[in-house]
Amino acid sequence: MDNIILELEKQHLKEQVPAFKTGDFVRVEYLIREGKNERIQPFLGQVIRLAGHGLRKTFTVRRIVQGEGVERTFPLHSPRVVDVKVQRGPNRKPRRARLYFLRGRVGKSAQL
Amino acid sequence: MTNKFILARKKGMSQIFREDGAVVPVTVLEAGPCTITGVRDQKRDGYRAIQLGFVPARDKHVNKPQRVAAEKAGVKPYRVLREFRIEATDGYEVGQEMTATVFEIGDVVDVIGRSKGRGFAGTIKAHGFAAGVASHGCRNIRQPGSIGQCASPSRVFKGVGMPRHFGDSQVTVKNLTVEGVDEERGLILVRGGVPGAPNGLIKIQSAKTAPAAKAEQPEAK
Repeated sequence: MDNIILELEKQHLKEQVPAFKTGDFVRVEYLIREGKNERIQPFLGQVIRLAGHGLRKTFTVRRIVQGEGVERTFPLHSPRVVDVKVQRGPNRKPRRARLYFLRGRVGKSAQL
Repeated sequence: MTNKFILARKKGMSQIFREDGAVVPVTVLEAGPCTITGVRDQKRDGYRAIQLGFVPARDKHVNKPQRVAAEKAGVKPYRVLREFRIEATDGYEVGQEMTATVFEIGDVVDVIGRSKGRGFAGTIKAHGFAAGVASHGCRNIRQPGSIGQCASPSRVFKGVGMPRHFGDSQVTVKNLTVEGVDEERGLILVRGGVPGAPNGLIKIQSAKTAPAAKAEQPEAK
């Protein structure tokens, strides 16, 4: 890509990018607007994918809500994503970059 | 009213985050610096326009008519000269510089460029015809199919889609909003796509038929 665009995008990058990897169990602190107030809504789950690069980098967090799998993809550099806290790492180091195989699994078999 | 205008090069696309977190797709345009190389007025030329020069030309790229025209106007020769029709030429003088800062965030602009050439294209690409089935023994996959009826009217109607040269034509995209201006690097960020390939020449001008001050609506609700 053109250098001009890369430089331009640098201005919008976060200076401190939270450090986490696929497989980590994280707490995403996401700013939502409720009427006029803003508050942080946490989304807890396991990171199953890091995609894109630079300003367009995104990550996908998967969790089970009431027995139903829920995935949310966040733009890493969005000002709405206030912080991503690693709660604990994976029980075993994942052998692949994208953990799609977790989708069909529940309970113990959904471990790495 | 065309009251702001500039020449630019398309650099490519990117995205920016607004303060509220909304992602805005933008095209990055490297605008200017341009120099006014001519003013066309009603009396002498029969129309009103401003001619802008963009990209200074080295000697070897300038032929004699171009050189003399530049000398007469008292400006350097430029590789690109384009005119912008305007309502009134007051306040514009030959030699004036124009940079990306003529535009500001929130301006609504029309963007004129030259679309990517597709060469001699078939009806599917050029006219959006449907493709035939690829299987079941059908041999008509990308062919145009029927182009009309039979003995009556015994001719092909005008305007029937045929394979033709496609692209490489002037395209105007109307009413794009300026989402950012980078004074230092001379960049204008325009919301949405812009015709042409990277480094293609682009004309940016104030929108001719701007939607009624959409951006200026108060923050109701």
